[in-house]
Amino acid sequence: MAGTLIVFWAFAGLAVVSALCCITRRSPVASALWLVVTLFSLAALFVLLDAQFLAVLQVLVYAGAIMVLFLFVIMLLNLGRAGPTDLRGPAGLGVGVLLSGLLLVQLLALRQAGLSPSVAVAPGAVARIAAEQGMVPAIARPLFGAYLVPFEITSVLLLAAIVGAVVLAKRRL
Amino acid sequence: MNLDLAQSGDLLQALLPELVLTGSGLVLLLVIAWRHRTAADLRLAAWVTLAGLAAAGAAAWWLWWHTARAIGSPGMIAVDDFRFVADWLLLGTAGLTVLVSFDYLERERLLAPEYYALLLFATLGMLLMVGGDDLMVVFLGLELMSVAVYVLAGINRHSPAAAEAALKYFLLGAFASGFLLYGIALVYGATAATNLSQIGAQVRTLGLGGSPMLLIGLGLLLVGFGFKVAAVPFHMWAPDVYDGSPTPVTGYMATAVKAAAFAALLRVLAESFSDVGAWQQIVWWLAVATMVVGNLIALAQRTVKRMLAYSSIAHAGYLLVAVAARSSLGSAAFVFYLVAYSLTTLAAFALLAAKGRDGERDVLIDDLAGLATRRPWHALALAVCMLSLLGFPGTAGFIGKWYILVAATTARQLPLAAVLVLTSVVSAGYYLPVIMAMYMQPEPSEQAHAGMRLGRLGGVVVAVSVAGLLVLGVRPNRLLDLARTSGDGLRASPAAPAATAVSTPTPTGR
Repeated sequence: MAGTLIVFWAFAGLAVVSALCCITRRSPVASALWLVVTLFSLAALFVLLDAQFLAVLQVLVYAGAIMVLFLFVIMLLNLGRAGPTDLRGPAGLGVGVLLSGLLLVQLLALRQAGLSPSVAVAPGAVARIAAEQGMVPAIARPLFGAYLVPFEITSVLLLAAIVGAVVLAKRRL
Repeated sequence: MNLDLAQSGDLLQALLPELVLTGSGLVLLLVIAWRHRTAADLRLAAWVTLAGLAAAGAAAWWLWWHTARAIGSPGMIAVDDFRFVADWLLLGTAGLTVLVSFDYLERERLLAPEYYALLLFATLGMLLMVGGDDLMVVFLGLELMSVAVYVLAGINRHSPAAAEAALKYFLLGAFASGFLLYGIALVYGATAATNLSQIGAQVRTLGLGGSPMLLIGLGLLLVGFGFKVAAVPFHMWAPDVYDGSPTPVTGYMATAVKAAAFAALLRVLAESFSDVGAWQQIVWWLAVATMVVGNLIALAQRTVKRMLAYSSIAHAGYLLVAVAARSSLGSAAFVFYLVAYSLTTLAAFALLAAKGRDGERDVLIDDLAGLATRRPWHALALAVCMLSLLGFPGTAGFIGKWYILVAATTARQLPLAAVLVLTSVVSAGYYLPVIMAMYMQPEPSEQAHAGMRLGRLGGVVVAVSVAGLLVLGVRPNRLLDLARTSGDGLRASPAAPAATAVSTPTPTGR
């Protein structure tokens, strides 16, 4: 158990630090590479939650395909140089720190309160479902059953985003 | 007609308006793949869009006519009168926007028929938002709507103001979506459900009224929706975005986008959080701040477009009063006011688009001087719109405000009612100068209003809206009955599935 805890804290810390680096680096390439680190540590956290399939998908889709796309876009638009910082003076920084501090306090309040026992997932429940149904069906069945409607809406959402991107980017209007 | 949403045939019927709209969006994309070069192609795309909107409206009407209701365990989509009435409002608003866009797009040389496809997808997102019975559907609908409207705001790529508006809207919209999503996650954490009525049932059975996770989640949800409806203090983006976008899109944003976000907010609060008293206080403060700030800043505006932008913020405040009343009377007043406000605002923006031939951003209130002598009908229509926004007796705006006042006083929200009346009086300070300029000031030159041309279809939009405003102002009963039954449906639904949701296992695969 202690080993799991050590792994958790290591990856959780890595996720937070790399996310911070991702938003504070001035160079877009550096930001994108830090994001890869964040996504990898999240995948490791998924493994700790017994969701190995999700972890693999996270690495394949996010850390792999989507990050490559990000880097391609940065390269094609020639954004490799570090841009100016977005923070406008100490006031902007102060407001940002204040708001994130507020969210942190809320998170601490959540930690104090804890979950009500009837909604908490029992330890090992996810692993048991995966053992009974197999890891992929445990995700696929709800995705194409109970959550079919949201799943289909996602495809329309992607289509609308593609149409929008083409409209904004094409040369002749 | 009872629909069991677990059966795929029944689910397809329940989703009929959305499916029709998706289908017509795909057909439109195919049409403009071949025909996208000339102005005639643009008109063809507009007619296809109108046909799709009309078919979706007919589908919603068919469901309403057969009094379709969902049975069995709660599903992804709500089937009630509130959804159908909201669908009609959104589809009608989109249809009027298409009619206004006919002339506008050709005049501004925006030969992009994708405009109409994006309009269809945005409307589809709105239908899903107001019909979603699950926070996932509500969120995805909101994103679909937002993505399409971000692009619509920046569709005029020759205008730096439009680019600024689109980027600002995109960044702040993404920010707001983050809040909304975090709120949904926390609510899920507290109740282990994303279905609205299941959340309501869990809140009731587990007694989560004081659970910090649920309260923080609810607060973040309110922040996310507050951004979308442009309630103070989350309104910062609205004036610049409304100002920079093409005027028909501004009209669409100020009416349909706001109406959809409001309707989804009302459904979420009524179905899931009716047992959590905390939100009433938050909405109370939001309403007061929105009414006061929106009206006071609107007083200082000199251009008509910015004035209307702040006026729409103020009207969000009036609608929040109806939400804060937290009764079926409040929901009925809410629906009625939304219809009246949408008609008025659409007509006002259509007239503004006709007036501002070379940049409607620059139309000052003083530029309308003497419009009544040169274009008496246009001036009359704009005057009726301003009076309805002000809430003058004889117009639909008055009846709407009156019912919100009744709802607020019945709910013993006397301070809210007082603020509403006072700020309405303040709003006369910026609505009446428009009328005074048109009727009491001389025309500065012969050519001052020569360029104002509404076009035949734009004229139809304005005539229909103004006639609707006047008719509803005198005979509001039919719409009020519709609003009342739809509001009742929203209130009644959580009680029935609450019993089943607890006894039967949740169909989430957990």
